[in-house]
Amino acid sequence: MAVVLTRISIPFKGLSPTEIAEKVKERFPEEVVEVTDFRDQVSVIVKRGKILNICRYLHDDPSLFFAHLQDLCGADYHGKKDPRFEVVYNLYSIINHHQIRIRAQVPDNDPSIQSVTSIWAGANWHERECYDMFGIVFKGHPDHRRILLPEDWEGHPLRKDYPLKGPELDKDWHGFVEVLNRSKELKEFEWEG
Amino acid sequence: MEPVEKIFETRELNVNMGPQHPATHGVLRLVLDIDGETIVKVTPYIGYLHRGIEKLGESLSYFQALPLTDRMDYVSAMSNNIGYCVAVERLFGIEAPERAKFIRTIVGEMSRISNHLLWLATHALDIGAMTVFLYCFREREWILELFEMICGARLTVTYPRIGGVRNDISQQFLESLWKFTEEFPTRIPEYETLIDQNRIWLKRTKGIGVISAEEAINWGLTGPTLRGSGVPYDIRKHMPYDAYDKVDFEVPLGTEGDTYDRYRCRMMEMRQSNNIIRQCIEKLPPGPVMADAPKFTLHPKDAMFPITHPTKEHAFYIDEKVCKGCGMCLRACPAKAITGVKKEPHKINQELCLSCANCLAVCKFKGLKIVPGGKGLSEDKLKELAAAPLPEEITKASVHLVEHFTFVKRGARAPEGELYVATEVPKGELGFYFVSDGSGKPYRMRVRAPSFVHAGVLPRLCVGHLVADVIANIGTIDIVLGECDR
Amino acid sequence: MLIDTSTIGLVEVEEGTKILPPNIIITSLDKIVNWSRLSSIWPTTFGLACCAIEMMAAGAAHYDFDRFGIIFRGSPRQSDCMIVAGTVTKKMAPVIRRVYDQIPEPRYVVAMGSCACTGGIFRTYSTVQGCDTFLPVDVFVPGCPPRPEALMEGMMKLQEKIRKEQARWSPWR
Repeated sequence: MAVVLTRISIPFKGLSPTEIAEKVKERFPEEVVEVTDFRDQVSVIVKRGKILNICRYLHDDPSLFFAHLQDLCGADYHGKKDPRFEVVYNLYSIINHHQIRIRAQVPDNDPSIQSVTSIWAGANWHERECYDMFGIVFKGHPDHRRILLPEDWEGHPLRKDYPLKGPELDKDWHGFVEVLNRSKELKEFEWEG
Repeated sequence: MEPVEKIFETRELNVNMGPQHPATHGVLRLVLDIDGETIVKVTPYIGYLHRGIEKLGESLSYFQALPLTDRMDYVSAMSNNIGYCVAVERLFGIEAPERAKFIRTIVGEMSRISNHLLWLATHALDIGAMTVFLYCFREREWILELFEMICGARLTVTYPRIGGVRNDISQQFLESLWKFTEEFPTRIPEYETLIDQNRIWLKRTKGIGVISAEEAINWGLTGPTLRGSGVPYDIRKHMPYDAYDKVDFEVPLGTEGDTYDRYRCRMMEMRQSNNIIRQCIEKLPPGPVMADAPKFTLHPKDAMFPITHPTKEHAFYIDEKVCKGCGMCLRACPAKAITGVKKEPHKINQELCLSCANCLAVCKFKGLKIVPGGKGLSEDKLKELAAAPLPEEITKASVHLVEHFTFVKRGARAPEGELYVATEVPKGELGFYFVSDGSGKPYRMRVRAPSFVHAGVLPRLCVGHLVADVIANIGTIDIVLGECDR
Repeated sequence: MLIDTSTIGLVEVEEGTKILPPNIIITSLDKIVNWSRLSSIWPTTFGLACCAIEMMAAGAAHYDFDRFGIIFRGSPRQSDCMIVAGTVTKKMAPVIRRVYDQIPEPRYVVAMGSCACTGGIFRTYSTVQGCDTFLPVDVFVPGCPPRPEALMEGMMKLQEKIRKEQARWSPWR
């Protein structure tokens, strides 16, 4: 039988989130800015300089073994705090059953950070989306271009200073404006009824 | 004889499988670089259905953003709602009552079955088996009828709410559902006899899209796509939510990591879901279906019925002695029946008044009086009756009305903090990452959609196979573009 | 053989159509052409979002579309109708217009669902507020998503519209 049915049992629970945060703090004391705790979930806020080393440590260390990158996203704290952007990594270890969150601070004047595609291949598209929505550049990314919006779109929508309804019609994406103009030209050939 | 490449100039062909294509499950565009019939490189282009849900969620309150989640993975809308509700409940710090948890498990598993049926229908249709499409839709219509029995909507349901579910389920629904769970295990072999041992099916799915366990985890795959490679990762077991720790079920794991194993995993999951539904129906406890947390959940509407659904329509009258002329009721009236100058007592035009009680809800100075059953009476009669004391049920109902109004307008205030909660939807792991700044709207709402991650692995799966295998691969990773693009 | 209609009894079955029993029908060209067009509307599969699932359900066995003569065709060149089912985004708009331009005359457009009619609940930077901004729409079917029966009524309204058309078969317009 190619497929087997199992009763997945979780024999043990790994390290608690605070213990993991302590380990990260021990290993990279100058990088960790803050450790926050909310509803039993711990975030470690770090500077962006050595993010690749931190992620590699979390991925390779046998007691941690964070093989599953659950999510990689950005957040914009415009006007609330400085540095403005944050790149958030949600990590989970399937073998050890523990979870942690790393938040790397990215300033506004130089919004760039190292890409982690060399550690987790699934980060590829997440980082592209983060660039598309926030404008954060990922150094070392193999295919750095927009993913959700057209490639020549101007602006980064999820920033707080981008309007929800989008730009005005005259400043809109040229592809859409062309479609509108073309449909006006072809209107004379339509059936009047 | 010289090899062909020296006589003829060969080059790679660039083929566009455009956004409008019968087999791409929505608006997915693939650009294939092919050498003869073998694929060298696949570049997916997504974003043709990007609607800006994350940005829209930032401008709506937590309750208003709930219908947006229906439209993401529109094939299994209940699971999306459940994922969102579980995340927001954990953010608020409230818990749904037991009965609501069991009901949510039931509808979650029903939506898992309906998702897998649609997956099988489209996957088989793409590969060539058209009868399976019609058979699966027959079962799916049954499930959609059951959804309609609970909440009135077939597809975009918004039935699970923050704090529980919208309304209780009836005995008639449970009986129909029980009948469904008895007949469904006899229908699954009908699909399997058509394709399981079929030579064409085996040829087109065995050995196609093989991915090993380590690579699958590295690419971020989840759900049956990952379990087909043998990785025992199921959020219902790892981080149980709702009633999943109270029911007993098994999780199918594949061995080869190819399309056939993923197909078998999903077929077995359907049987397991059937089992879970039966257990939940047997164990369903009595009780309320909405959490008793007045700061975070909508108040039940029956408390306001004496005002909003009276036996004889009420009349509303503004007492000139109390009215300060602030103009709040003027702005709130949808029929524009209130007239008045600022700082002067306002007046209601009884002919235009709809008796909707909006003015009563916003008046801060208690200048608005209800005359119970007084619709159609003359002005003087109303003035006379307005001075009389009101029955107790009306006063209680008006308190509820004011609370309800302010709650809906302002939204529930969430505590400050951030949270990531993942649930197991039929396609994989749906994660919600909320950053809350203490107001009624999420500061950042991030949706980690499984289809987005799975569509990213398509280039890795298709390389080296033939063009027809691209279709089989798109089917096996089970993407739906609404979720992928958000 | 000439037929002298003054002496032979013509039966008028409906307004404008007369039958000379047993098998000669005298009617206007409009009626015949319109009848044949409305009885076999072949739409292009253009499912974009959630409404596509209800369109598929309308085409499946429970609410059969085939009994109206409606068969879904894959290529726009072989179809005469386009059901825009789902949200229209700015990135997708040029594609939709191109597919519409490829459908040969006579062609019709049905906007299915609130998003295709007016943009629906998505008033954002990337959503087009209604596909009628760049397409000439014949029938609007509102709903989120509209039930399969609602879509069937929409198609029947389209059939009514086709029935009332005049001289759409002529080469000069």
